[in-house]
Amino acid sequence: MFDASKWELVWTHRQTFIDGTLSTLLMALFGLLIALALGVIFGLMSTSRSKAPRIIARVYVEFIQNTPLMLQALFLFYAVVFSGIEGFSALLCGIIALGIYHGAYISEVIRAGITAVPKGQLEAAYSQGFSHISAMFYIVLPQTIKIILPPMVNQVVNLIKNTSCMFLAGGAVDLISRTNAFAVGEGTGTAAGQGYIIGGVIFFIICFPLSMLASHWEKKLKMRDVATVKARKKPDDISDAELDMIIENKGGEGNGRVDGQS
Amino acid sequence: MIRLEDVHKSFGDLEVLKGINLHVAEGEKLVIIGPSGSGKSTLIRCMNYLEEPTSGKVYIHNHLMSHKRRAFINKIHSSMVFQQFNLYPHLTVLDNLTLAPIKLKKVPRKEAEEIAMMYLKRVGLEEKANVYPTTLSGGQQQRIAIARALTMQNRVIFFDEPTSALDPEMVQEVLDVMIELSHEKNFTMVVVTHEMGFAREVADRIIFVDGGNILEEGTPEHFFTNPTNERTKAFLSKIIR
Repeated sequence: MFDASKWELVWTHRQTFIDGTLSTLLMALFGLLIALALGVIFGLMSTSRSKAPRIIARVYVEFIQNTPLMLQALFLFYAVVFSGIEGFSALLCGIIALGIYHGAYISEVIRAGITAVPKGQLEAAYSQGFSHISAMFYIVLPQTIKIILPPMVNQVVNLIKNTSCMFLAGGAVDLISRTNAFAVGEGTGTAAGQGYIIGGVIFFIICFPLSMLASHWEKKLKMRDVATVKARKKPDDISDAELDMIIENKGGEGNGRVDGQS
Repeated sequence: MIRLEDVHKSFGDLEVLKGINLHVAEGEKLVIIGPSGSGKSTLIRCMNYLEEPTSGKVYIHNHLMSHKRRAFINKIHSSMVFQQFNLYPHLTVLDNLTLAPIKLKKVPRKEAEEIAMMYLKRVGLEEKANVYPTTLSGGQQQRIAIARALTMQNRVIFFDEPTSALDPEMVQEVLDVMIELSHEKNFTMVVVTHEMGFAREVADRIIFVDGGNILEEGTPEHFFTNPTNERTKAFLSKIIR
């Protein structure tokens, strides 16, 4: 493990890891775009008042959530490859498979976000003359974003890690495939352990900040809710500890939550 | 201004409105009273189609209401104040007031903000323009909601139990604003409420609703001196102490 020559071997083959990281990020980015688009469309469909769109959204979500991503990716890759379509790369397959898979999860996140907004908000909008679509756009969705940001970031982290499922479906381009190719390679196999460590470190460096961001947001949102409740108390009833929490939390927002008391 | 013709509304098997006929004249201040579950809230919500009648017709200013026309008719004719205020929590007070005028009526932002400030001043809360609604007390939120309704500058305002969710000490500040509004001659107000003092002072006409029907209607004098219907008498004797 501490044999410098093995780490040197990793360093000489650094391009392998860089290429792998880039294609994993590329796959994740475009996969995410597809997932977001599908998530918004099916999320809105699942909160529709008509039955048909709700059923279609339900079928999509249940079917995708209850079968393994690996199977979906394998099916997509081999079914399409053997149906003779030219130019269907492993990368493209990964993007589509990840997009469809995480689209189902993101649509559930969005559905939960929409249902968390009280019905009175829509009614107020209707009474002012907003149509259903414009009410969603101006009033419901902006309130939804705050609710869904933390679970959304978790989905992004999962999506990045799930690029590893492309190892078997086409493979050979993403970070996991490259890392494994290095680890079992004829000239490089002696440094297998080091190779896997580097692969893991790269994933960690990408995903950890995102996870931190998610939990930071979550904490901030919770604190803000607490602060909002506390701010409704009479000033005399607020303890010093609560006061500090409100002031600290107010920092970035500066929207006068405390001075709303008079 | 508002006309209801044989309006029925059912929720599943439960018939909440059983054929309501009602005409509200322009500038009239109509108060709707009745026990809970009587259908009075459903009645006022049918007027701006937050509830769509199962059958019957609703006209606002001679425009026949329909699902498709709801947004347009509400935009140009009416506003509503809700029991739970329903202010938009993601917007400041000022943005709550100007969102619909800017987005729907295409009023220039500067003009919309001037109008909004005028009405905030009228409800006595102009210093709250830039705070978020959740920081305000219930009474303040409801006054903001009234200012939001006024900023639409429509001639009809519906009030659906505007003081029922308030702490007792905040009821009067909201009623004061509503009483002040009622002095405007060409302003039509339809108010569902349990505040009998308010009804007596403001109403041109009171209707008593129970079991999905209008059982009695008349002036405040009629209601508070010699109501004729037995159910009205029973209801009023319970609510007036």
